[in-house]
Amino acid sequence: MAKIIEKRLIRLPDVFYFKVQAPRLSARARPGQFVVIRLHEKGERIPLSLADINPEEGTISLIVMAVGKTTYEMSLLKEGDEILDLCGPLGKPTEIEKVGRVVLVGGGFGVAPLYPIGREFKAAGNEVITILGARSADLVIYEREMNLVSDRVIITTNDGSRGVKGLVTDALQGLLSSEAAELVMAVGPGVMMKAVAETTRAYGVKTVVSLNPLMIDGTGMCGGCRVLVGGKTKFACIDGPEFDGHQVNWDSLLCRQRMYVHEERLAFEEWKKRHAHMFVQED
Amino acid sequence: MDKHRSERIMPERTPIPEQDPLVRRRNFEEVSLGYNPEQAVREAQRCLQCKKPLCIDGCPVHVPIPKFIALIKEGNFQQALSEIKRVNLLPGVCGRVCPQERQCEGRCTLGKRHQPVAIGALERFAADWDMKHGVNGSVKQLSATGKRVAIIGSGPSGLTCAYDLAMLGHSVVIFEALHEPGGVLVYGIPEFRLPKSIVQQEIDTLREMGVEIITNAVVGKLITMEEILREFDACFIGTGAGFPRFMGIEGEELCGVYSANEFLTRANLMRAYNFPEYDTPIKVGDRVAVVGGGNVAMDAVRTALRLGAEEAMIIYRRSMSELPARVEEVRHAREEGVRFELCTNPVRIIGEDGWVAGIECVRMNLCGIDETGRKRPEPIPGSEFVIEVDIVIMAIGTGANPVLTENTEELRLNSRGYIIADEETGRTSIEGVFAGGDIVTGSATVISAMGTGRKAAKAIHEYLQSKKRRPSISAPA
Ligand SMILES: Cc1cc2nc3c(=O)[nH]c(=O)nc-3n(C[C@H](O)[C@H](O)[C@H](O)COP(=O)(O)OP(=O)(O)OC[C@H]3O[C@@H](n4cnc5c(N)ncnc54)[C@H](O)[C@@H]3O)c2cc1C
Ligand SMILES: Cc1cc2nc3c(=O)[nH]c(=O)nc-3n(C[C@H](O)[C@H](O)[C@H](O)COP(=O)(O)OP(=O)(O)OC[C@H]3O[C@@H](n4cnc5c(N)ncnc54)[C@H](O)[C@@H]3O)c2cc1C
Ligand code: SF4
Ligand code: SF4
Ligand code: FES
Repeated sequence: MAKIIEKRLIRLPDVFYFKVQAPRLSARARPGQFVVIRLHEKGERIPLSLADINPEEGTISLIVMAVGKTTYEMSLLKEGDEILDLCGPLGKPTEIEKVGRVVLVGGGFGVAPLYPIGREFKAAGNEVITILGARSADLVIYEREMNLVSDRVIITTNDGSRGVKGLVTDALQGLLSSEAAELVMAVGPGVMMKAVAETTRAYGVKTVVSLNPLMIDGTGMCGGCRVLVGGKTKFACIDGPEFDGHQVNWDSLLCRQRMYVHEERLAFEEWKKRHAHMFVQED
Repeated sequence: MDKHRSERIMPERTPIPEQDPLVRRRNFEEVSLGYNPEQAVREAQRCLQCKKPLCIDGCPVHVPIPKFIALIKEGNFQQALSEIKRVNLLPGVCGRVCPQERQCEGRCTLGKRHQPVAIGALERFAADWDMKHGVNGSVKQLSATGKRVAIIGSGPSGLTCAYDLAMLGHSVVIFEALHEPGGVLVYGIPEFRLPKSIVQQEIDTLREMGVEIITNAVVGKLITMEEILREFDACFIGTGAGFPRFMGIEGEELCGVYSANEFLTRANLMRAYNFPEYDTPIKVGDRVAVVGGGNVAMDAVRTALRLGAEEAMIIYRRSMSELPARVEEVRHAREEGVRFELCTNPVRIIGEDGWVAGIECVRMNLCGIDETGRKRPEPIPGSEFVIEVDIVIMAIGTGANPVLTENTEELRLNSRGYIIADEETGRTSIEGVFAGGDIVTGSATVISAMGTGRKAAKAIHEYLQSKKRRPSISAPA
């Protein structure tokens, strides 16, 4: 059991920040790792990235985007509530070295792990440039935090309501065509990471991506998280989640992520029926 | 065998009541219903009470078989269970899942001419009877020694080791990676073969004895071996061999391809058979192919049937006589309508829009003999054919999970990644660290894992008595 000691809505209506008490976990965890949580006896196990690690306080932070049943259920938890199962830190930490200029690219909930990762890259003496993408200005998250650990933050919005109009890859393209970078790291939805990897390929820049296949145990036992990297089968939970973006077989990943869309929708619809009030009040 | 005795021989085994195959193939309730007291006594009467009971040699932990059977015959069920429990912590589990035909029953003297005594079913009977009627006499633990032992992994090896050490008065903490203790007994073996309540009861007993179980604790990630050795006087590693293998053929990344571990974990541990009441989904499919021939494959194929598959089949590269699964499981699977494609091996999985559409197989010719003495299957050129399926489950074996071992350099491993440990004591290359179960032997059986846990507990006890100081990871072994 892990107690929630802070909860905030960080972006209307569906992105939440949680600070959770986990002394032992926070002492061990490194940027780039994740946890698996289960909310109740009938709950699913879902993976969430570490959005911050604070060993002094004995806490970790999570950023959760409500997209389906479990994440919506989590969004209902309050300060003082307990998460039934919290397991981690899982996966391999980000390899952090001084390489020169590092470009961090984040979209969606993918921004979450970038904050501790950026902090370490900065502390290791790198120049850190962050590109954050969202559909419109009000959907940009974690800008303040990323500003703290970056030399520059570039915002892109699809509708041009903030920063550069377009996708993160447009900004990345612009950046790489004028400045050299030693490392690009992308975290976010699969399609975004795929596009980033395709953009950087032409420049020959090393590109690390943090993959998010479906997972169950997170300990190498089920093989459900397997991904094809360089033609080889890898288990994202123990070999990753970070891999060389130029080697990843994206089509297989994107397809496997959608394996349960039908069931997920069913579960969510059922749940929504029982929590109709939430969806009326939303706006 | 003297003439007088052979006259009394009852050649036929007392049948064990089972759920009707046509009913059970669609439910998750236990298939075998077990003996009632009359049936158990009757079956116990079949035992010849051999002077040289070969059955005992067949049992990896040497359960005193004739003795407990004699007690059942007298109607002294409670005492029968106590006899078994002296060497076997989990009779309710072993009676159900041991491959008896290759162990105790395989050696039974009566089995040479007739059917062997149903030792497993009798063992299970004693355990179940006790669960229903037992006075559950509190176990007599020795007084506290003040020594602390960490057990990593809560499968049968870890549970047994924990039990023995707790009996000896040591303070025991179990670290388990998953949210529920039990190892394969809870995530792998399905409810219809081993009800979870039986495992739960054993785990409750351990808790009552003061054993602490910490779930969601992945050693090597949350806690290092170094920390374990700083906080404990000794440690037992029983992390199992749960790392699923794939064949490396085309199409294994398609949607609809599972490892047996994933399929069974979704169904058992996560209760996906109750989706959407439980949140974890599972894809059932109309036509399911399971590749492999062991217990794991039988569990997967029978689970698929129960989840509603119209047709579920086993694809196995050797013949029926070489199927490694327990004989009873194979019989049950056949009765339930599982199709067997034998002497057949997959060559690729065919996809359509990212989903499994079929599996291309080749027929195998059993010629030659391989290193293990079994017939070596060779593909018959030109015999390729396609079976239309929408789900493929790979049950071709598992290997050593690297999570703990790759984070503990000092631990010596063999070339396949298993921990090198002394056969008699479980001692490893690190002082104070012992290991057993599948992570040492490779995939084996519940009872053999328990056997290693027990041997290690004895060695750990001796080690603790001889040691004054806590071990440290840097000290040479
Ligand atoms: C390593 C890793 C780190 C992640 N970090 C975060 C994070 O920091 N914040 C965050 O909001 N989300 C994160 N996710 C995604 C998160 O796990 C899913 O959004 C969540 O499981 C959805 O569950 P649901 O029941 O709410 O929605 P569902 O209706 O079950 O699913 C909606 C979509 O989420 C994805 N998803 C579903 N189940 C899983 C699963 N078991 N594992 C991975 N993805 C799944 C699928 O693409 C699915 O279509 C991460 C995923 C991985 C693998
Ligand atoms: C589907 C299936 C069916 C089977 N059927 C039979 C049968 O009918 N009869 C039979 O005799 N045998 C059967 N077996 C084999 C038998 O279950 C195993 O041999 C036995 O369970 C091994 O026991 P163990 O204690 O070594 O480990 P396991 O039962 O594998 O348990 C290991 C435990 O350690 C945990 N763990 C792993 N790594 C860590 C870590 N780093 N930190 C903390 N915890 C960790 C795991 O989560 C797991 O709970 C079957 C196996 C499977 C998979
Ligand atoms: S433990 Fe297993 S092998 Fe031993 S007697 Fe019991 S059923 Fe037979
Ligand atoms: S070998 Fe068979 S008949 Fe003889 S004692 Fe054992 S169970 Fe009884
Ligand atoms: S999540 Fe099960 S092996 Fe990775």
